[in-house]
Amino acid sequence: MGGLQKKKYESGSATNYISRNKARKKLSLSLADFRRLCILKGIYPHEPKHKKKVNKGSTAPRTFYLLKDIRFLLHEPIVGKFREYKIFVRKLRKAYGKAEWSGVQRMKENKPAYKLDHIIKERYPTFIDAVRDVDDALSMCFLFSTFARTGKCHVQTIQLCRRLGVEWMNYIITSRSLRKVFLSIKGIYYQAEVLGQTITWIIPYQFAHDHPTDVDYRVMATFTELYTTLLGFVNFRLYQTLNLVYPPKLDGQGEFSLKSECEEDYALESESYSEKLAALSASLARTVPSVEDEEAELDHFPAEGVKKKKKNLEQNKQKKLFEGLKFFLNREVPRESLAFVIRCFGGEVSWDKSLCIGSTYDETDETITHHIVDRPTIDKQYINRYYIQPQWVYDCVNGKILLPVEEYFLGVTLPPHLSPFVEESEGDYVPPEKLKLLALQKGEKPPEEDEEEEEEEEDDEDDEEEDDQSEDEDEAEDEASLAEMEEKRAQGKSLSVKVTPGKVKPENRMRTEQEEKAEEKRLAIMMMKKREKYLYDKIMFGKKRHVREANKLAAKRKAHDDANKPDKKKKKKKC
Amino acid sequence: MIFENRLCKKIIKTNRPRRRLTFDVIDSNPHGRIFSMRPTHTGTMSKLKNKKRNLEENEDEQLPIFDKDGGKDGPHLDDGDEDQGDLSESEESVFSGLEESGSDSDDEEEEEEDEEDGSEEKSSDVEEDKTDRQLSAKEVIKPQTDGQNSKEKKKKKKAAGKEGGEESVASDRDSGLQISSQVDEYEHDTSDEEDIRNTVGNIPMEWYKDYPHIGYDLDGKKLFKPIRNKDELDEFLDKMENPDYWRTVQDKMTGADIRLSDEQVDLVHRLQQGKFGDVNFNEYEPAIDFFSNEVMIHPVTNRPQDKRSFIPSLIEKEKVGKLVHAIKMGWIKPRRPKETTPQYYDLWAKEDPNSILGRHKMHVPAPKMKLPGHEESYNPPPEYLMSEEERLAWEQQDPEDRKLSFLPQKFACLRAVPAYSRFIHERFERCLDLYLCPRQRKMRVNVNPEDLIPKLPKPKDLQPFPTTQSLVYRGHSSLVRSISVSPSGQWLVSGSDDCTVRFWEVSTARCLKTVEVGGAVKGVAWNPNPSICLVAVSYDDTVVLLNPGLGDRLVCTASDQLISSYEEPEEVKDQLVQWAVAEGEGHEQGHRLILKHPKAVRQVTWHGKGDYLACVMPDNGSSLQVVIHQVSKRRTQNPFRKNKGLVQCVSFHPIRPYFFVATQRYVRVYNLIKQELTKKLMANCKWISSMAIHPGGDNVICGSYDCRLAWFDLDLSTKPYKVLRHHKKALRSVAYHRHYPLFASGSDDGSVIVCHGMVYNDLLQNPLIVPVKVLKGHTITHDLGVLDVTFHPTQPWVFSSGSDGTVRLFT
Repeated sequence: MGGLQKKKYESGSATNYISRNKARKKLSLSLADFRRLCILKGIYPHEPKHKKKVNKGSTAPRTFYLLKDIRFLLHEPIVGKFREYKIFVRKLRKAYGKAEWSGVQRMKENKPAYKLDHIIKERYPTFIDAVRDVDDALSMCFLFSTFARTGKCHVQTIQLCRRLGVEWMNYIITSRSLRKVFLSIKGIYYQAEVLGQTITWIIPYQFAHDHPTDVDYRVMATFTELYTTLLGFVNFRLYQTLNLVYPPKLDGQGEFSLKSECEEDYALESESYSEKLAALSASLARTVPSVEDEEAELDHFPAEGVKKKKKNLEQNKQKKLFEGLKFFLNREVPRESLAFVIRCFGGEVSWDKSLCIGSTYDETDETITHHIVDRPTIDKQYINRYYIQPQWVYDCVNGKILLPVEEYFLGVTLPPHLSPFVEESEGDYVPPEKLKLLALQKGEKPPEEDEEEEEEEEDDEDDEEEDDQSEDEDEAEDEASLAEMEEKRAQGKSLSVKVTPGKVKPENRMRTEQEEKAEEKRLAIMMMKKREKYLYDKIMFGKKRHVREANKLAAKRKAHDDANKPDKKKKKKKC
Repeated sequence: MIFENRLCKKIIKTNRPRRRLTFDVIDSNPHGRIFSMRPTHTGTMSKLKNKKRNLEENEDEQLPIFDKDGGKDGPHLDDGDEDQGDLSESEESVFSGLEESGSDSDDEEEEEEDEEDGSEEKSSDVEEDKTDRQLSAKEVIKPQTDGQNSKEKKKKKKAAGKEGGEESVASDRDSGLQISSQVDEYEHDTSDEEDIRNTVGNIPMEWYKDYPHIGYDLDGKKLFKPIRNKDELDEFLDKMENPDYWRTVQDKMTGADIRLSDEQVDLVHRLQQGKFGDVNFNEYEPAIDFFSNEVMIHPVTNRPQDKRSFIPSLIEKEKVGKLVHAIKMGWIKPRRPKETTPQYYDLWAKEDPNSILGRHKMHVPAPKMKLPGHEESYNPPPEYLMSEEERLAWEQQDPEDRKLSFLPQKFACLRAVPAYSRFIHERFERCLDLYLCPRQRKMRVNVNPEDLIPKLPKPKDLQPFPTTQSLVYRGHSSLVRSISVSPSGQWLVSGSDDCTVRFWEVSTARCLKTVEVGGAVKGVAWNPNPSICLVAVSYDDTVVLLNPGLGDRLVCTASDQLISSYEEPEEVKDQLVQWAVAEGEGHEQGHRLILKHPKAVRQVTWHGKGDYLACVMPDNGSSLQVVIHQVSKRRTQNPFRKNKGLVQCVSFHPIRPYFFVATQRYVRVYNLIKQELTKKLMANCKWISSMAIHPGGDNVICGSYDCRLAWFDLDLSTKPYKVLRHHKKALRSVAYHRHYPLFASGSDDGSVIVCHGMVYNDLLQNPLIVPVKVLKGHTITHDLGVLDVTFHPTQPWVFSSGSDGTVRLFT
């Protein structure tokens, strides 16, 4: 055995990772710049498998980056730009100090700027990659576009974010790719399907932000910088796929109809135009004149089966959910969200002229079918339209059908608004409203309320029974065996004292068999290895907890219904 | 020229009030005003320039020029000193570059007069020039006509020769606040305003209060105060009588009374009213904007351009040169070229799906945000809302531990939903997660829990083993510490804390006999030899050999005979233990031999042949913990010179002359013949409670107080072949079946677990251990459950004794 002695930490995982501080020194960047670079390039720390080995025997908490990643950063042209900018700032400060105003002016004109195009291309080599990752970009852009134009970040950024957000919404409207909407207490979630990717984003409610102090806006701004670039390119490409003009232009007719009104409210032509785009009420101009029903019938392959066809059909139906309906928004409802959703599903929408630019028809229009109101009563009501609360629109979208409007009339207590993102698997708790919706989707007529209630209850009970069974299985086994023993003991006792005529015990063969199996299993579990036992216990614990939670929800619901039942009945009697 | 004139006038007007000349200035620059740039007769610029140059070059030439100005100036020029002063002054003014062209010292004085009149103000310079002479004449007369005494006095004081000049000066003074039409305003600035008749300067005059004089004149002679003989009365009279009293003021410098002229009074009045001193001055004259946007063909000022404006600047040249060089070298770029590419374009126009960087292999895409559930809805189903207790619990939890990061809320309508206060926070946290969180691929254990359960042979296939509780032996009033079955399997003996030993018939659970002993029974052991009917019972420090008298009478009598046939050996040795034969009542009850030990005996166990009996007296550190008795010879021996640790239990090897001693953590195996330690088994547990040896002799099981049962294969290793943790509580006893491959363990949790423990003859095959049955029946009292287990010698039955005072049989 010869050879040199191997030294520790000179090969293997110790050389594959590099700590943050070392990486920073290698790149000779300040921490802030390093952070910015990591954000822009999408470099994140990696958790090594053996931390102690990587940390050269120390257990100090450190963040590690892959050495390859850091080497890769070394060649990044943007690092040079960072340095240029640093120098620029230094020069500028000097010029200010010397009060050389012309110099300051000149330097400001020649301020070094960088572009992120190549980074986007590199991070998302294909367009689909980019679309897949657009979730966070959208949420961030929509958040920034709601910021006040003062203080926290540059006005240009806010304007750009707003513009990109509007472009995106216009695209979704034109492509009719919205799938789900959810009104949460945080904001409004939207889910769209773009090029086969589901994209979810959240838009906060329209309120002024109470800016927290413990948030680093520089980090957010850096992310926004990246996201705006990404979103811009994605929008461009998406518009191209639909033969739309980018940057978006209103369709000829739409433009004409919108032109006359409210023009004088805006100082700038461009401003009023962007507002009109943001109104989401007119369609966009296309590079190629659109052909109606351009969706060619897709070729069907028998191998794909009926299922896919059915799904396609369903989707098409959903896309035309509001087609032929005319909505009018009262001024207290969230205009942008509703206009967006309604237009996404083919409805026509308008609002009061004084509320926002871009309204297409008046409240007095006779052809309006639905009037969306969010106040308990309204004075002047037109006969030939429904006055409904905004939740109806969202519930219809999530249910993929036009729900009966009775439950959404003015002043009526609304049915619960369910999350469309929850997909209950077996054993999960399903709220009764969801069951009702599923029944409606299947085309079953909503039964009379009483029956419905009963049904629900039955469902509940069934559920509970099932749950109980699954939960109590083990307990039941234990109890059974115990009972058996006790019985035996009792028998023994009786033997010692007197002999009584025995009863033929109805022997449940199935049950005994089950018990036997259960005992077998328990004994086998006893023989498990320690590690496996631990894992097994963990899995079982998780399962049990799941069941417990479902049971808890069911119990709560039942208690609630029981508490409310008398009230309901009273009401009915009164009726 | 008109333009220029207007400007001049304006300047004159504005500066007029400041015009004051004093002798003080004249002393240093005696005739500062005399030399000026005023074009005299010709009034041209060229001449002016000439003059300047000439002045610098030659003094002599200057003189004729001045002569030209007028004969009146003649006497001035006689004074050499003054000339010098002139020169210096003129030089100064030339280089100051501020002097006005239209000024002339000579004329100045005359112009002053002009001002007085105010009539000629608006006339042009030329006119002024023409009238110069006349005015000078006038001027001489005018002050005289005034009849003011002050002038006269001054004249007297002044040197006689300089009449004209003096006069003009005097008139200047007389007119007091009057201002000359002097155009060269900066000349005024050089002179302080001081009384030239009194040279004391600007001091508080009361310093001279006590002196007869009031100061000094130019020649250094005292200026005496005017004789004042007026007292208060005179003053009053004067006030009453003199009509001009109100306009008489005292000159502080000279102490003389001055009667103000009408003009002067007027002037005072005007000033008091806040008006301008000059009557003719129109303060509301239309403003003329010289620097207007209209381009004029003439310059605003007539001032000649500086010399430096004609000479190229070296510094500038240097600077320009540097810039040019920098541009040439490319260090400076005039301006950045404009961006031509649009902000957004088709970035993925030439996308190549295969061009994925190597780095991307290690790429771990960030997980997407969790989608919201029903509870996040603004109007969730009622079951998702938190109850009061849940809400309190939620609030008390650490924000990190909370399962939901928000409180579910219900709003009646969409309008009522407020802004979510933590929205920005959540976004920010997402950002932090994206760039700060270490990412790691984690394989999710997607195992079916059923797969984890080991595949064991079915207990059904391993029958026979005890499955049900069939008999309960009741009778003891306290916990039953020990049980033992007779080798025939017909009888059972149990020893209890109630100081009795009971004999039971196994098949009927009848108590056949109860023997009282003098203490809580710690251990009972039936002699395994079927031809001898003896039971060893240990209580306190005593071991009693009982003959229960059960079963075959022949056997009973044979064993009695065995004990009685003992003959005392010849030489009596000192024994560790006192052997005594029971007599009387004890003998009636069945006591045969009584062995008194020095310490409390905890356990008794027989050798397989039934002649030797081992007793355990646990006492840490003592050398006497284990003793072995030979019943037939009534002999006792202490096999160990020294014991390590606290002995828990001992056992004989069923076949070979081996002896097992279990201390707290180890089991030592001694060869009794060779008198040596053969093996030391490490039990891997804290405290061994019991031990049993497989009838084959190659396997040992140890129960411990820390819930473990260790199976040792003596051929394999000194470490446990398998450790079983079946019980929830401490194990109290373990037992092997003599024929069937079964072993059982009893524990404080009240259960007896029967396991199938197959030992194969093939040395290569490891023993098979399968738990087959959990037997429950004993109730737990005083935290104790099952205290002893033992198997039936022939049947697959197991007996267990418990702390509830019962013995149970499972078949």
